[in-house]
Amino acid sequence: MEKQMIKPYGDTMDDGLVQLSFTLPVENGPRARKAAQEYAALLNLTNVTVADAKKIADGFTCFVIYARASAALDYSVIRATEADFPKMEREDIDRRIDRELGRRIVVVGGAIGTDAHTVGIDAIMNMKGYRQDYGLERYSGFMAVNMGAQVAGALLLEKGLETGADAILVSQTVTKNNIHIRQMTEFMTTLNGRNMRGRFILVAGGARLDNDLALRLGYDAGFGPGTLPSQVASFLAQNVIKRHGKRGG
Amino acid sequence: MARLNLKKSRINRVRKLASRIAEDIQKFIEPHSTISVERTVLRLYGVDGMDLQQIPYPNRVVDLWREKGDISMGISRPFAEAALRSGKSALATARLLADGEIGFTGDIARLARADVRRKEMAMAKDAVKALALSAERKRRKIKKTPLPRTPWRYIIVATGNIYDDRTQARAAVHSGADIIAVIRSTVQSLLDYVPYGATTEGFGGTFATQENFKVMRQALDEESEKAGRYIRLVNYSSGLCMAEIAACAAFEDLDILLNDSMYGVLFRNINMKRTFVDQYFSRLICARAGIMINTGEDNYLTTADAMENAHAVTASQLINEAMAKKAGLPEDLLGIGHAFEIDPAIENAFLYELAHAALTRQLFPNSPVKYMPPTKFMSGDIFLSHGLDTMFNLASVATGQGIHLAGILTEAIHNPLMQDRAQALDNINYVFNIARDLGPEIEFKKDGMINKRAAQVLEEAEALLEKISGEGLMKAISQGHFADIKRGPEEGRGLDGVFVKGPGYSNPLMELLDR
Ligand code: B12
Repeated sequence: MEKQMIKPYGDTMDDGLVQLSFTLPVENGPRARKAAQEYAALLNLTNVTVADAKKIADGFTCFVIYARASAALDYSVIRATEADFPKMEREDIDRRIDRELGRRIVVVGGAIGTDAHTVGIDAIMNMKGYRQDYGLERYSGFMAVNMGAQVAGALLLEKGLETGADAILVSQTVTKNNIHIRQMTEFMTTLNGRNMRGRFILVAGGARLDNDLALRLGYDAGFGPGTLPSQVASFLAQNVIKRHGKRGG
Repeated sequence: MARLNLKKSRINRVRKLASRIAEDIQKFIEPHSTISVERTVLRLYGVDGMDLQQIPYPNRVVDLWREKGDISMGISRPFAEAALRSGKSALATARLLADGEIGFTGDIARLARADVRRKEMAMAKDAVKALALSAERKRRKIKKTPLPRTPWRYIIVATGNIYDDRTQARAAVHSGADIIAVIRSTVQSLLDYVPYGATTEGFGGTFATQENFKVMRQALDEESEKAGRYIRLVNYSSGLCMAEIAACAAFEDLDILLNDSMYGVLFRNINMKRTFVDQYFSRLICARAGIMINTGEDNYLTTADAMENAHAVTASQLINEAMAKKAGLPEDLLGIGHAFEIDPAIENAFLYELAHAALTRQLFPNSPVKYMPPTKFMSGDIFLSHGLDTMFNLASVATGQGIHLAGILTEAIHNPLMQDRAQALDNINYVFNIARDLGPEIEFKKDGMINKRAAQVLEEAEALLEKISGEGLMKAISQGHFADIKRGPEEGRGLDGVFVKGPGYSNPLMELLDR
């Protein structure tokens, strides 16, 4: 494949201009500015301009820097995944589920572990939805059971079994010290421990999540900020139909 | 300050309704106590520290009495009796009890009842004195280094390590902060004990311990001297240990505690009965120790829409106020909460924000109302988010808010970095300065959008309060009237720690504070 080299764009192609801001643990002054400049040079930046240096505490100075990045990247080799689904409207999704599955898709979800943030999972599952896009509860093709926040993984699994769920939705918002990764991994261990991984379609979501991370942790898809319920509904409809649809296969 | 045309009769009416609702809850509170209330009594009697298994002595002693004695009597009397027998301090007595060196005899009659009562009274009076002393120390500090002008700039630190928090706090004071709040670690509200000692690890925040309070208060005392203005310290009296934390906070001269009558119920699924009883005792302590409380209505708007639910905020503010007054808190210690959380995609959202902010200001003219920044609509676009904060700063200074929680450009990303805080404070200082006297200069058009919006919110709040006063607050919460979250009276954590006071119940401390 042909190489496609790229650099940051500031004002003209390939000028490599970047802006960055950081704090050094030194008192502000000419030496501090110099240090910021040199530090930027260590990051392989050239033409470094220290646009601002401000004392933000005793012994701490915050800088705003403009500089040129020298590195260029071959864009042709970059790969990132996205949950794969056809873009469909609610009515179409419902119709398709009715036609090709002939029953409702059952979904249980919640924010697992210590996470107390419900707004994200509510946006996807509850009637009201998100940004004028109705949530799963509103679909005639879905039965959505939202367990809320701080749900123990084992409990979510239990609910999944009890309701005969097709899919489990996991939400994680707090990411400090990678707690989301730990909790998502724990849930996976719970599933594997009971030989249940293959039983459900597993979808994760949250403000700092993407499809790549979710796949890496063993989930079937991951959705990040700005996700609309209809996207999740499309993904689920397509995948549940693929597994259990009338036409088989 | 620009004033809204609010109907006097309606304001009186909503207050009356709120007070009826509080009255009804008070009827539930009075015959009940909780294990946390009892542990608080021990703390105020002087019990502190923890055993080798890291269980705090207040927990050990109350648990022992619960197991071997009769918790419906409360802890005060059996403990006083044990202290009389040991002839030692409260702390030493607690240790002896925990180590099994002495027992609760259960046979209180062995000592003259009058002697035990005298001992209880003496310990309770000392405790009340200690609380009053804290209030006095704060008054003296404020005399020496006065309070700055409002809106007071309130900044959060939350590294998880109290010593790093201290560094961050000093930096924030340098950039202009007037109030420092140490955010608690994620799990703490669900712990049925108060951790002990200085701590250096936490998730999303730093544990609230008495020692951590002390470390931070000392640093801020030094900073106050340097800055020539009194820097207040905030922590959380919420979760399963509301009153115990209030006691620890009083000992260490904290200035403000987040203390809401419903937050734990709605957002942490703590049982409502537990919360109502604990919150009452915690507020009695705050009133005596001169600790301001901050209520948490702003949180409702993170789960519910700010336009649709503005009236629930107003209703909750009035209920929080009525309940706080029952606990003897004067208006200047009532930091009633609200927030700037309207969807920025709505045309004229800023005008509605002004209406909401002015409404809160005007409903609670003598309270240092606490205004919270945009959070829900902050995004990874820190540049636009900084713009949202700028408008929030303008709304705050223009409507004369009391406490101004700094909005941070990286709200959607991480706990603020030192530089994020400095950016936030620079923005605040800039806006407050260039618009300092904007409020008194402007008038809201008589039948304009702002007046209409405020009137509508108040009217809807009245209807909601009407409904709640009819069915009772517990039922209202069960039906999801606040924050779109439903919690039943028997649901949630901590219910097993609630008990009915028996005929032998004794708590002279409560009696003294209740006056
Ligand atoms: C509201 C809020 C709260 C509310 C939550 C109320 C509730 N019931 O949910 C309250 C006040 C309780 C709260 C508490 C805390 N919070 Co908070 N909170 C927020 C805030 C302001 C907004 C989050 C939000 O609602 N976003 C709106 C929704 C719609 O967006 P979303 O979650 O990204 O969801 C979308 C997508 O991600 C996706 N999605 C999400 N989940 C799922 C699931 C599936 C299956 C799918 C398909 C998609 C999907 O779809 C949604 C729609 O597009 C953010 C800051 C911010 N602006 O992001 C901080 C924030 C998330 N909170 C934070 C913290 C630290 C806390 C606390 C730990 C603070 C403390 N020390 O007490 C506690 C956590 C307690 C706990 N145990 O978890 C940090 C997290 C930092 C980090 N990266 O770790 C943030 C970023 C704030 C900050 N800068 O410090 N918080």
